[in-house]
Amino acid sequence: MGNGTSIGRVRGHGSAHSGTHHWLLQRYTAFGNLVLGLWLLFSLVTLKDYQFETVASWAAGPVAALGLALFVISTFWHARLGLQVVIEDYVHEPANKVAAMTLLNLVTFAAIAAGLFFILRLQIVGTASSVSGGMVKSALQSMMGGR
Amino acid sequence: MAATNNRPLSPHLQVWRWGPAMLVSILHRVTGNGLAIVGMAVLLYWLGSLASGPQAYEAFLAHAGKWYGKVVLVGLTWAFFNHMASGIRHFVLDIGAGFELKSNAAWSVFTPLAAIAATVLTWAAILLK
Repeated sequence: MGNGTSIGRVRGHGSAHSGTHHWLLQRYTAFGNLVLGLWLLFSLVTLKDYQFETVASWAAGPVAALGLALFVISTFWHARLGLQVVIEDYVHEPANKVAAMTLLNLVTFAAIAAGLFFILRLQIVGTASSVSGGMVKSALQSMMGGR
Repeated sequence: MAATNNRPLSPHLQVWRWGPAMLVSILHRVTGNGLAIVGMAVLLYWLGSLASGPQAYEAFLAHAGKWYGKVVLVGLTWAFFNHMASGIRHFVLDIGAGFELKSNAAWSVFTPLAAIAATVLTWAAILLK
């Protein structure tokens, strides 16, 4: 320790050994959450009702679908960063810490994948039909090239 | 773990005198974790039920309409606004502003109150439609 130039010692280090990377990502995603969260809340509050047709046709629109997808990515990423800090603060046993971090990463990736899949499926099915389950099913089947 | 490693990593509630900044900090973490765990689950259930069609969505609405569903939805709305307000406070603190004792205490009191007001306004807008 103590060798090299001063910028060399600072870059990528500090007590977390990763510089300000985690801290900056938390802020970038926080800003995304702020914009997207207020947009989602405003969109939901201004819907005329919460029946399936209303909500599904709103969520299947291209702007809403993109906004929802960005919201899922930004908030779940931010949640993963925040839960990591909680694990670092309260899980002290190294083996438990590794296990908790592994679980956190797997759950985050699964949650983001599930969220994006739901939005995409709604985009395909919701625009094809929002009338009945039977029509939704046949629309999906025809899109998948089925009977 | 060796005795020399046995040093506190987190604030110890017992040894610090309570102040508004401490309450905001703790609420920020509590609401953040609530949103990360409960909020993530509810969001995925909502999106999943929408993607599964009218029947699944009706089941979601039925849960949302029960007393526990309302508690969760209102609780998540409050957690969202509280985390948002204290998050904006963090942005201000990040640029080095708002550390003077009086203004720090004033904004610490203001953020949870603003969150409660925003929650009430949001649900008033939904229920009075």
